[in-house]
Amino acid sequence: MKTKAFLFAILVASSAFAQSVIINSPGKKLTVAIRNATIVPVSSATIPNGTIVFSNGLITAVGASVSIPSNATVIDGTGLFVYPGLIDAGSHVGLEEISAVPGTVDTAELGDINPNARAEVAVNPHSNVIPVTRVNGITSVVTEPEGGIISGSSAMINLAGWTPQEMTLKAPLAMHIHFPRLRTNAFDEQPQDEEAAKEAAKNYTKQIDKLRDTFKDAQAYSKASAAHVKRVDRDLILEALVPVVEGREPVVMHANLERDIRAALKFADEFKLKVILADAEDVARVIPELKSRNIPVILGPILSMPPREDDPYDLIFTNAKALNDAGIPFAIQSGDAHNARNLPYNAAACAAFGLPKDIALRSVTLAPAQIFGVADKVGSLDTGKLANIIVTDGDPLEIVTHMKHLYIAGEEITLDTNQTLLYEKFKARP
Amino acid sequence: MMNEMICHSEPGGAPEGQSAARNPRLLTTTTARPRLSAGDSSPRYTPPGFRRLGMTACVVALIALGAFAQDIVIRDATILTVSHGKIEHGSILVHGGKIAAVGPNAQVTAPANATVIDAAGKFVTPGIIDTHSHTAVEGSVNEISLPNTGMVRIRDVLTNEDIDVYRQLAGGTTTALVLHGSANPIGGQSQIVKWKWGHPISEWPISDAPRTIKFALGENPKSSNFRPPPGIPAQYPQTRMGVEEVIRQSFTDAKDYIARWDDYDAKKKRGENPIPPRHDILMETMVDILKGKIDVHSHCYRADEIMMLLNVADEQGFKIRELQHVLEGYKVAKEIAAHGVGGGTFIDWWGFKAEAYDAIPYNVALMTNAGVLTSVNSDSAELARHLNQDAAKAMKYGGLSEEEALKLCTLNGAKQLRLDHRLGTIDVGKDADIVIWTGHPFSTYSRVETTLVDGEILFDRTRDLAARKQLAQEKKDRLKKEADDEAKNKKKPGAKEEDKPEVAIEN
Repeated sequence: MKTKAFLFAILVASSAFAQSVIINSPGKKLTVAIRNATIVPVSSATIPNGTIVFSNGLITAVGASVSIPSNATVIDGTGLFVYPGLIDAGSHVGLEEISAVPGTVDTAELGDINPNARAEVAVNPHSNVIPVTRVNGITSVVTEPEGGIISGSSAMINLAGWTPQEMTLKAPLAMHIHFPRLRTNAFDEQPQDEEAAKEAAKNYTKQIDKLRDTFKDAQAYSKASAAHVKRVDRDLILEALVPVVEGREPVVMHANLERDIRAALKFADEFKLKVILADAEDVARVIPELKSRNIPVILGPILSMPPREDDPYDLIFTNAKALNDAGIPFAIQSGDAHNARNLPYNAAACAAFGLPKDIALRSVTLAPAQIFGVADKVGSLDTGKLANIIVTDGDPLEIVTHMKHLYIAGEEITLDTNQTLLYEKFKARP
Repeated sequence: MMNEMICHSEPGGAPEGQSAARNPRLLTTTTARPRLSAGDSSPRYTPPGFRRLGMTACVVALIALGAFAQDIVIRDATILTVSHGKIEHGSILVHGGKIAAVGPNAQVTAPANATVIDAAGKFVTPGIIDTHSHTAVEGSVNEISLPNTGMVRIRDVLTNEDIDVYRQLAGGTTTALVLHGSANPIGGQSQIVKWKWGHPISEWPISDAPRTIKFALGENPKSSNFRPPPGIPAQYPQTRMGVEEVIRQSFTDAKDYIARWDDYDAKKKRGENPIPPRHDILMETMVDILKGKIDVHSHCYRADEIMMLLNVADEQGFKIRELQHVLEGYKVAKEIAAHGVGGGTFIDWWGFKAEAYDAIPYNVALMTNAGVLTSVNSDSAELARHLNQDAAKAMKYGGLSEEEALKLCTLNGAKQLRLDHRLGTIDVGKDADIVIWTGHPFSTYSRVETTLVDGEILFDRTRDLAARKQLAQEKKDRLKKEADDEAKNKKKPGAKEEDKPEVAIEN
């Protein structure tokens, strides 16, 4: 036992100095058992005094009475809580370093139609945003492009790894469409300006037409490909849309206000798209439409202002409850890069306004994993899933909770960030 | 959140409340905001004689709903006093807009006609104080045209119709320093107000609050992330060197201005008949800063520019009251403390621009531990709705005690605004700015139930929920009336069919 404890101490100490981890390197995987902890698997009932074991990056056992392998590093979890790592259903983590410095931002490509832009190729594994995000318990994020109308495809990434490939759980994950919005800036200042209104309506129609034409072309391209028409003129833009028009890849439709959501749904109906609705501040107004189409929703950021002056002050806080009451699946996103770390507090804000706490937790763990089709890998503490695990001294949705251990794909990850290093440095300033 | 930040910090960027989508048509045709029973009737203390004399049905209704500043007693709450610990099963008596008594239930007696708020199981704190706000400003917060615009005043452009004020009351915020923007090294004069929603704007400024002015250092005043439109020349300064020079020059000019007037006064005293110097409002502002009559609140990020400001202030002989944002304050915390300067910051925003890349959430703890009077503030109408959570983060990042953390959003801000004799704690004699929370204010699962300002309930969730149906109906009725009127006008002979866009626009 003494030897084992000593070995573990060395392992922990050495991992504390590692900046990141090797996820796929063989022979480096630990077998770890955390026992006497309160285990919250999310997929099943909380185990008050349980044990979780993981080995070679995967969870091998979870339960009240689990036998611990002889080679396992054992962690006493007395007084601690074990949760699945949290998942941010929408972010720019890894794509954005300093927002105001364009050279460090890779979120928006030029032009309206960029389905062939892929988030995972631009993820910087060594971004300082990544450690800052994961030490608040977020072990995976959807990282996504946001420019133009068809912005490109997102990726689900783990927040540890030496290369983007090591980090990537699934890519392309979903095609992101920022559905055209009918707006005019002039309207704010000149409500009577009919010209500005007409101009906005014209631009809107143009954008919708452009989107529709692109999708019709993609349908034709798909049919031609299926008919094995020999091509000499491959079109990578349309190729990227083929799995989308064939219903194999979901579309995340970003639409906020009621009219935009309805227009987006109509468009999705026309092309028989597999849709995930995102942003959706007016979601409570379209519940029957979502229900009948079986469309899941990505809400957030929750800590944001209602869109209209005469909206109830708690409009955004109460959307999650409305969806939950209607039985519509939903997940929560930060929509952020630097403060994606505040994802858990966005989920908690829904619980402050009527959403059951366990559903709030699910909305940042299992729900996003299910919505994006990666629930076989992440989202809950179940045998066979990746060991993305957080060990805390309390509810991770509470600010005052502290992270004690963090595992991504079974590797213990340092809790150091550039921010903690600056803290230590200046705390020690004479 | 990040986008708001940029919007705020960029010179010329409108404050969030102004950039948010709005529909002026709704503003003119409906009362597009939740209203408490007080409505627009300027509810203030009503002498008992008046009640006896003219009791219209309306007045009776208002009194019944507690709209007047009548006695209120909050019962059986967990009171976080900030000044003297926690009182379990405590009561607070509010009389004449002030806290008249506070203590365990049994020790607080209330008049029979006092409105009783049963706060069993709930938490009570002082109103949240936000020392960095741009809410309730009509139009831009930046007079962007000159490097020194100390002559302009935010108080001249305050509006009492910004819905974000109500939303902040719903997050427990009751007092704010409404600042000029950060487009110039020396910006306009700012204004300390209470969020007196439903009152005329003349009642919002706190009467005995100090005058304040905004300074700004770094990327914003040097226009780093902002270029003037084509044809407009770039504005001086473009470097941190220039920022310092503008400040030094301004105070040098102010001293010359003082000398000219001293000279004039001396000549007059000697019986000469001198020509008086030209009055200059800007110079008079600078003189008042030198005389300590105006408190300086300076936007800053990097440690070097903080040191620059402290040094130029020493050299020129003026004081800095509060460093705003002060994201790298932790790097020079002991120098800030030695100058007796305060720091107000958002706790975890970072990376939105180059000068915010070394921002760390431990800043608040490091500054506090170094002896800097530190507060958390918002710079955002949205963040101002949950400054309690920013305070809680100072426990998470850097391990401040619960008591220290709570001061960050209450007493410390009050001290920075030099209003701690009135605000920031639950103590007898202080203003009855009180927030009732469903749980501990540091829990993310808590929300605000009721907010009092000067003893008057200006937010109450139960009332808010009850009013929604009526407001929705009112909006419907007014829109219908507008449509009907329009239809009627069209029928008149000679009326023209108006061009309408094919698709209706809403924003």
